[in-house]
Amino acid sequence: MNLNRRHFLIMLPAAAIAWEHVLAGTPENSPNYNTADHWWGMLIDIPKCIGCGNCVRACAAENDVPDGHFRTWVERYHVTDYDMVNPQVISPDGGKEGFPVAEEDAGKYFFVPKLCNHCADSPCTQVCPVGATFVSPDGVVLIDQTYCLGCAYCVQACPYGCRYIHPEKKVVDKCTLCYHRITKGLTTACCENCPTGARQLADLKNPNDPIHEFLKTHHVQVLKPQMATGAKVFYNELDGSVR
Amino acid sequence: MNGVEGFMYPNEINLQWSVLIVLYPYITGLVAGAFILASLVRVFRVHAVAPTYRLALLTALAFLIVAPLPLQLHLGHPERSPEMYFTPHSTSAMAMFGYVYLWYLMAVLAFEIWLDYRKDIVLLSQSSTGWLKRLYSIMTLGSLNISPEALKIDDRVGWIVTVIGIPSAFLLHGYVGFIFGSIKANPWWSSPLMPVVFIFSAMTSGVAAVMLIYMAATKLRKLKIDIKCVDTIAMYLFYIFIIDFGLEMLDLIHRIYEADESFRSLNFMVHTRLYFSHIVVQILMGTITPIVLLAITQLVKLPEYVRKRIYVIVGCLVQVGIFAMRWNVVIGGQLFSKSFLGYTTYKMGLVTREGLAPAIIFAILPFVILYVLIKLLPPWEGGSHGAPDPASNPVH
Repeated sequence: MNLNRRHFLIMLPAAAIAWEHVLAGTPENSPNYNTADHWWGMLIDIPKCIGCGNCVRACAAENDVPDGHFRTWVERYHVTDYDMVNPQVISPDGGKEGFPVAEEDAGKYFFVPKLCNHCADSPCTQVCPVGATFVSPDGVVLIDQTYCLGCAYCVQACPYGCRYIHPEKKVVDKCTLCYHRITKGLTTACCENCPTGARQLADLKNPNDPIHEFLKTHHVQVLKPQMATGAKVFYNELDGSVR
Repeated sequence: MNGVEGFMYPNEINLQWSVLIVLYPYITGLVAGAFILASLVRVFRVHAVAPTYRLALLTALAFLIVAPLPLQLHLGHPERSPEMYFTPHSTSAMAMFGYVYLWYLMAVLAFEIWLDYRKDIVLLSQSSTGWLKRLYSIMTLGSLNISPEALKIDDRVGWIVTVIGIPSAFLLHGYVGFIFGSIKANPWWSSPLMPVVFIFSAMTSGVAAVMLIYMAATKLRKLKIDIKCVDTIAMYLFYIFIIDFGLEMLDLIHRIYEADESFRSLNFMVHTRLYFSHIVVQILMGTITPIVLLAITQLVKLPEYVRKRIYVIVGCLVQVGIFAMRWNVVIGGQLFSKSFLGYTTYKMGLVTREGLAPAIIFAILPFVILYVLIKLLPPWEGGSHGAPDPASNPVH
């Protein structure tokens, strides 16, 4: 082929587009990231959550979460007086578009963001028949979706309702703690978009992470501690009525 | 909204395990129960039930062949299921399914049937023609010696296989119970009694199924039903059923008395969404009624024709009751929220991948396979109702 300067210049933009596609198909890597140096979790500061749903929307956009399924969602609790056993809980569309104005004044209202608890002793990874879901060395519960059978046993085993079967991929899906971001030194999409800082990514192996000071100075709890799952999503001022 | 009452975690609204997963423990239960009935003849030398011996083995095989099919159809990626054999996850109860299944199918059931039928197969390979001759020749696996000494060895090995088969049958179905009973996230399932309840309910349904199939097959062959045989089966069925019901009641009473954090939610579910399938179908219709009917046959001297009719009714009610039990475990365990604050609804599709149509096909398929097996390996001898009685063989 006889390529002159004119043709070369015409082909340049096409080549650039093609190169972009090549890059897009290349798995992302993080050469400076060492899994042994991290142990990830998250801090949820309940009094700071305003139930705006920014986190749910950001997560859905970042991770291409299908409609009607949730990697993260927000619940609104309404607890009247002493009746902690029967809180009124709503989460319309996972709290994606916020919440309706509360009608009753009696009792207390608060929001509880939920996501995978990235349990250290996770019951979901225990039951996976092929080990397609696993705890990474840096403490994140991940799924190899090219290996998952789609049996949904892990969905049954998760006490927190964090997993779902992806309607198109027919494999299980859930929060990855934005692993593609945190391994690049970024925070998660939900934390980045929280306007009040109610959600904060925490690296428990990093001695300089503010989580250590926070855990020492606040009343912090995990969800369903009786399940002994080693949950690593820590809730500040978690009410006893929260399930 | 979406059949939801109260609050469900948003990902919980649609059920993950459908009617196909209900069929799976039901079918494996029939396998285990049928095998236990066969072992009554071979190991425990209960001569009276000998006419059902070979039929029980073939029934177990027919159902075992179908057992994994509903699971396969349920999987999002069935083509990846061989990974369970190649890279099993050691901590997963489900990962062991492939091995338990293969062990039971190949090492126990197929081997025992082959040993038991070896003489017949060799004779059939000599007497038949065409493709049937080729098929029987393959089925002999080249073992053509049917001298009395060789048959004696067959019988001895067969006895050992059955002895191994009894704990294997318990393992097969106890393990299915463990799949559910070991899920701590689900209080409706999480119970150490679950494997034991599954084993006894399996025996109940399997024994009743073989009794029904024997009665139906004998009727179709226009022969006289061996009343001593069905009387004995009914007696065993009665005792097994009492144990099964006792265990289930123990579980229920324990839950009611303990009344832990999940109790209010589960209690509400049993009295509302699960009322018909649990209280009416499983307990009243499928358990108490057949137990009372069986008790009457044990206590009152009834004419033969009445007993036979009662056994047919009992057999059918047991199937309905045990299927309802599997339904209530699998579907019931997903109707309530793990937050204990709400309930969802199971919407079964009709002609969908996990709907009613494939479930009906999987329920009929074992009978088609059984028909072929019976044609290929007739479980009865010489036209009479009597199958060979391995219990009468003095070699054990």
